[in-house]
Amino acid sequence: MANESLVIEDLTYGYGKHLPLALSALSATIRPGIVTGLVGPDGAGKTTLMRLMTALLLPSSGLLTVFGLDTCSNASQLHEIIGYMPQKFGLYEDLSVIQNLCLYADLRNVTTTDRRQVFARLLAFTGLESFQQRLAGRLSGGMKQKLGLACALIRKPRLLLLDEPSVGVDPVSRRELWRMVEELVDEETAVIWSTAYLDEAERCQDVLLLDEGRLIFSGPPQNLSERVADRCFQIQGISGNRRQVLARALQQQEVQDGIVQGQNIRIVLRAGHGQPALSVLDAGSEARLTPVVPRFEDAYIDTLGGGPGGTSLLAAAMTSLPRNRDVIVEAEGLTKRFGSFTAADDVSFTIRRGEIFGLLGPNGAGKSTTFKMMCGLLRPTSGTGRVVGLDLQKAPGKARSRLGYMAQKFSLYGDLSPRQNLDFFSGVYGLTGAHQKETVARMIDIFGLTPHLTNSAKDLPIGFKQRLALACSVMHEPAVLFLDEPTSGVDPLTRREFWTHINGLVEQGVTVLVTTHFMDEAEYCDRIGLIYRGRMIASGPPDELKTQTRSPQIPDPTLEEAFITLLQQWDAKHEEAP
Amino acid sequence: MFHRIRALIIKELLALLRDKKGRMVLIVPPLMQLFMFSFAATQEVKNQTLAILNLDRGQPALTLEQDFTAATTFSRVIHLQRSEEIPAVINEQQAIAVLWIPPNFSRDLEHGQTAQASFILDGRKTNAAQIIQGYAGRIIDRYRTRLADKGQQSGINIVARNWFNPNLDFRWFTVPSLVCILTTVIGLIVTGLSVAREREMGTFEQLLVSPLHPLEILVGKALPALLIAMLEGSLIVVVGVLLLRVPFNGSLPLLFGSMAVFLLAIIGVGLFVSSLSMTQQQAVLGVFMFLVPATILSGFASPIENMPHWLQTISYANPLRYFMTIVRGIFLKDVPVAVVWAQTWPMAIIACVTLSMATWLFKKRME
Amino acid sequence: MSNRLRRMSALIRKEFAQIRHDPSSLMIAFVLPVILLFLYGFGVSLDAREIKIGVALQDQGKDADSLTAAFLASPYFQAHISRDEQLLEQELVAGRLRGLVVIPMDFSRQVEKDGASAVLQVIADGSEANTANYVQNYAQGVVNTWWAMRQRNHAVWDQHGAQLATRIWFNPELESRNSLIPGALAIIMAIIGTLLTALVVAREWERGTMEALMATPVAISELIIGKLLPYFILGMMAMLGSVAISVTLFDLPFRGSLPALLLSCGAFLLAALGQGLLISSASKNQFIAAMIALITGFLPAFLLSGFIFEIASMPPVIRALTHIIPARYLVTNLQTLFLVGDVWSLLLPNIGILLLLAAVLFFLTARKTVKRLR
Repeated sequence: MANESLVIEDLTYGYGKHLPLALSALSATIRPGIVTGLVGPDGAGKTTLMRLMTALLLPSSGLLTVFGLDTCSNASQLHEIIGYMPQKFGLYEDLSVIQNLCLYADLRNVTTTDRRQVFARLLAFTGLESFQQRLAGRLSGGMKQKLGLACALIRKPRLLLLDEPSVGVDPVSRRELWRMVEELVDEETAVIWSTAYLDEAERCQDVLLLDEGRLIFSGPPQNLSERVADRCFQIQGISGNRRQVLARALQQQEVQDGIVQGQNIRIVLRAGHGQPALSVLDAGSEARLTPVVPRFEDAYIDTLGGGPGGTSLLAAAMTSLPRNRDVIVEAEGLTKRFGSFTAADDVSFTIRRGEIFGLLGPNGAGKSTTFKMMCGLLRPTSGTGRVVGLDLQKAPGKARSRLGYMAQKFSLYGDLSPRQNLDFFSGVYGLTGAHQKETVARMIDIFGLTPHLTNSAKDLPIGFKQRLALACSVMHEPAVLFLDEPTSGVDPLTRREFWTHINGLVEQGVTVLVTTHFMDEAEYCDRIGLIYRGRMIASGPPDELKTQTRSPQIPDPTLEEAFITLLQQWDAKHEEAP
Repeated sequence: MFHRIRALIIKELLALLRDKKGRMVLIVPPLMQLFMFSFAATQEVKNQTLAILNLDRGQPALTLEQDFTAATTFSRVIHLQRSEEIPAVINEQQAIAVLWIPPNFSRDLEHGQTAQASFILDGRKTNAAQIIQGYAGRIIDRYRTRLADKGQQSGINIVARNWFNPNLDFRWFTVPSLVCILTTVIGLIVTGLSVAREREMGTFEQLLVSPLHPLEILVGKALPALLIAMLEGSLIVVVGVLLLRVPFNGSLPLLFGSMAVFLLAIIGVGLFVSSLSMTQQQAVLGVFMFLVPATILSGFASPIENMPHWLQTISYANPLRYFMTIVRGIFLKDVPVAVVWAQTWPMAIIACVTLSMATWLFKKRME
Repeated sequence: MSNRLRRMSALIRKEFAQIRHDPSSLMIAFVLPVILLFLYGFGVSLDAREIKIGVALQDQGKDADSLTAAFLASPYFQAHISRDEQLLEQELVAGRLRGLVVIPMDFSRQVEKDGASAVLQVIADGSEANTANYVQNYAQGVVNTWWAMRQRNHAVWDQHGAQLATRIWFNPELESRNSLIPGALAIIMAIIGTLLTALVVAREWERGTMEALMATPVAISELIIGKLLPYFILGMMAMLGSVAISVTLFDLPFRGSLPALLLSCGAFLLAALGQGLLISSASKNQFIAAMIALITGFLPAFLLSGFIFEIASMPPVIRALTHIIPARYLVTNLQTLFLVGDVWSLLLPNIGILLLLAAVLFFLTARKTVKRLR
C-alpha cells in the first residue's frame, strides 16, 4: 500500500448511452513521491479521469481508490487530502489575489495562526507578493496559473491534481511551475500533471498515455522513447529551402515523422526501414544525417502510427503569389500606452514575402498587444503597422481584406455548421457567386470535412476545429496570415498537420506572423522577435539566437534555454544601468 | 458591400435559429407570455365576494339585498349576523365589501325619511374598490328609481356606448399591448446579447480583423433582429386574432411600417446596451434596466394621462409609448394614416438618436 | 471557530466581495428598486383623474348648458366642448379623447318635459377598456348629481329615500400607489432572490469555479448556505431601504410592526432564493437560467400576484396556479402591513404557506444538487 497512492481498477466511464465511452477498462497505479504525467490527444479522457479522481464524477464501473479511500463512498474524506487545479484555474477573477487565497484557506480549514506562515511561503514561492491586492482577472496567464497552484497547495495535499496547468503559459512561468511542483513532491505526496505538451511528459517520472479513453502506455517515459531508439535523426547542414526538404523527406517511404528544428530537420524513420537517400531530398551537398537522442514525442507519434504526410492540398489549390522579396508586413515604432502603462514601446520589424516571423515573449510582456496592433484590433498610440503596403489605420478595410487571422482559442461560430461557417467567412471576405461556391467546396474537400458537414462546429473533434479555423482564414487567399498561438493545447498530430499546411502556404508566397509559447512551433519560424517589457529585445533566426546565448554552462542551448537566457541578460543589463 | 452584409445577416439568423434551444427561447416564452397575459392581465372586476349584514326584516331591505346579490360582479355572498363580524371579514380579505343595512332601513323608507345603508370597501385593492364603488352607486340609483313614486321624475336616460370594444373585453386591450411589449423584448434580447455573446465566444475579434466596416457589422446585427422581431410580432398578431379572437380592423401595411420604425429605435437601444456590456450577464441586466421602466411608462399598466406631468414629459422619449398607441389604434379603431404618422415621426427621431448613439459607442469600444 | 462555520463565513465573505465588484448586481439590488419605486410611486396610477373627454353640445337650451358646466366642473374630467360632433369623433379615434358625451339637439326641451325621455349618449374609447369603464361610471355620476341638483332646485326631488354611505377602509382616498408599492416590493425581491441568484450560480458553473470549490472539503449544505445568506441579506437590505423610501418619500402609512414585516419578507425571500437555486441547479448556462428566472420568477410576481391584476377575475386554471406563486402571499401581507396592521390571522397562514413553498423548493434543490459534476 505504501507505494501506491492511487489504484485504478478496470475503470469505465461514459457520459451518455449514445456517446462513446470516455474511459474504458482503465487499470493503473500511481506512486507517491513522483510526478505522474497524464498525456494524450484532446478528447482522450484526461479531464474525465481527473474528475473521477476528485470524486466529482463517479465511475460507471470499476474502482478508484486514493490512499485507500474509495471515491464512491469516501468522497468527503478524499476532499480533505487532495489539491485540485481545474483547467479554468478555479479562481475568482473578480476577487483579489489575497482574497482568493483567504477563501481557499478557509475552505481547507487553515486557521488564522497557521495562515500567516502559509501565505508568506506561498506568496514567496509564486512571486506574487507584490500583487496581493490585484484582481485575479488582471493577472497575466502565467501568474494566474501560479495563483491557481498556490490555492491548490494551501494545505499541503497528499494528492495534487493539475489539469493542463501549462496551456498558454510562457516558458519562464512554465519552468517556475515545474520547479514549484517538484519542490513539493516527497514520499507522502503524489502529483498528477495532465498535459498535451510532450516535452513536459518527458520530465515526469511516470506517464499514463491515453488515447480515445484507453490506456495505451504506462511507465517511465524513457521506456516509450526506447522504441524509436535508433530511428531518430537530424538532417543538418541544409543549404536549400528546409521546408521543401521536409516536404520531400515526408514523402519518402522510410520517413515516418518529421519537423523543422531551426535550420535543421528532425526525422523519425519507420521501423525496419533504412535511411533515406539524402540526394533525393535535395538538401544540398553539406547535408548530413546525424543520429539524435529520441524524444517522448517521437515515440508518441510512432505509437499512434506516424504523422501526416508532407504535402498540403491546401497550398496546392492556392494561386501562388509573385516570388519576390518585398516587405509585406512592416511595424514601425509601434507604441501602445494604457494610461501610464506602456504595453508596447517602439516595436519595429519587417517581414518579407514568404517568411514566417514568430513573436515570442513571456505572458504580459506586450506580445499580444503588438500582435493586435498589427492586425488592426488595437489602435497604436504612435507608430504605424502596414500590411502589403497599406496602413492599417488609414485603409483598414483594404488592408484587412489581404490578411487572414486565426485566433488563439477556437473562435468560429460554434452553433453554425462547418459549411455555414465557410459560407459566412467567404462572404465576409467578398467572395461571391460561383467562385464562392467552388472555394467552399474545395475547402470541404481538402480538409475532409464532408462527414461532419451537418454537425455544429462546436461539436467537432479538436482536429477538425483546427482545420475549419484554418480553412476559414485562407479562403480569400490572403497575402498574410496572422496566427495567434495557433496550436496551444493541441496534440502533436494535429499540430504537424497544421504546420504542413502553413509550410505549404509559405512556399506559395504567403507571409506568416505567428505568436507562440511553444518552442517546437517557434522552431518553424524563419525569424523570431522576442518581446519583453514592451520592447523587442532580440530578433533573428532561431539558430542565431541559440548561438548568441551559447555559454560554458550551456554549450548547446535549446530554443527555450536561449529564450530564458536572453530575458535574464536583459534584466541584468537594465538593473545595472538604472 | 451588399454581399458582405448578406453574409452577416445569414450568419446571424443561423446563429439564432439553427440551435433548437435558441429557437425555443425565441418562440416559446413569448407565446407563453401572450397566453398568460391575455388571460390573467385583466382589470375587470369579477368573481368577488360580498358580505351582507342585513338587520332589517322589511321588504325594501330585502329588495336592496337582492339587487346587490344579483350583480354579476359578486359571485359569492357571505351573510353576517352581527356588526362585530365586519372588521374580521374585511381585514382577512374574506370579502372585498360589506353591505350593511341597519334595522330601521325599511321603516325609515316607509316614513319617507332618509334610509341610509352602509357600504364598506377594502381600500387595499384600489382598482377593485374603485370599480365596485361605481357599481354600487348604479345599483342604488336604480333601486331608488324603482321605489320612486310616480310623481317623481326618473333620471336622464343615458345611452352608454363603447366604441371599438362594445363589451369592454379586456383582452382586446391586452393583446395589442402585448404585440408591442413582446416585439420589444425580442428586439432587445436579440440585439442586446449579440455583441456580448460574440465577445465572450471570441468571434468578435474574428469579425474585427475581417474587411468589414464597423457600420456593416452594426447593420448586420440590426437587420436580422429587425426581421426576427417583425416575424415574432406577426406571429403574435396572428395568434391574437385567430386564437384569442381579437378583431383586427386596420391596415396591415401601416402596422408593419410603423413596427419597422419602432424596432429600429429599440434595436438602437439593444445595440447600445450590447456595446456597453462585456458579458452576457451584464447585457441581460442592462436590457432589464431599460425594459422595466419602458413598459411602465408605455401606458400598458396604467394610462399615461394619469401620470404627473414631469413623468409624461419623460415618456415622450419612450418609443413604446407611441407604438402602443399605434397598434391599439390599428387593431381596434382602424386609424387613418395621419394619426399613425403623428405617432411615427417621433419614433423615427428616437431611432436616429439611439442608432447613432449605438454606432458611436460601438466604434469607441472596438478596441 | 469550527471548520464548518469558518468555511461558510469564507464563502459568504467571498460572495459579498464579488457583489461589491460587480456593478451589474449592485444596479439590480439598489438602483432598479429605486427606479421601480419612483415609477410606481409617481408613474403608475390607476386613479383616473382629468380624463380627457369631449362634450358635443348640439343643444342651446339652458339645461344643456348647465349639464355641460357640470362636466366642466367635474374633477374627473377635462372636458372639451364643441358643437361639431364629427370633429370630436376624429379626436376620439386619434386617441386624444377617451370619451365623448353627446347632448342632442332637443335635450333641454325633453328634460323640461320628462327626464326619462331625454336621451344622452356617452361614448367611451373601448380600446382602453379600463379607462372606458371609468368614463362610463364617472359620466353617469356627473349626470346623476346634476339631475339631483336640478330636481332639488325645482323642489320636486325627495331628499330622503334610500341612500348608500360608502366608506373605504384603510385607504379612504383610494390612492393606488398605496396598493401598488407593496407589489413593487415583491417584484424587487423576486428579482434579487430568483434572477440574481440563478445568474450567479450559473456563472460559477460557467467559469469553472464551482469545480474547484467542489474538490475542497466544503459540504454541499455549506455551499448552499454560502450562496443563500448573502442574497438573503441583500434582498432584506433592498427591502428595508425600499420600505423606508416608501414611507418617507411617498407618504405611505406603515401600520404593521417590524417583526411582522421581517417575518413575511424573510419567508418570501427563502422561497424566492430556493427557486433561484433550483433553476441554477437545473441549468448551468447563464442565458437559459436568466430566461427561466424571468418566466417563472419575475413574470408571475408581476402578473399573478394580484397587485395590478385582480386574481379573482382570472380564469379558474390561472387562479389555481396563483396558489403556488410566492409573490401572491407576499403582496397580500405587504398590503395588509402597510395599510391595515398586524392582522395575524391573515399574515400567519400566508407566512406558513411561504415557508412550506420554500421547504419544497429546498427539498428539490437538495435532491438535485450533489457534490458531483453531473
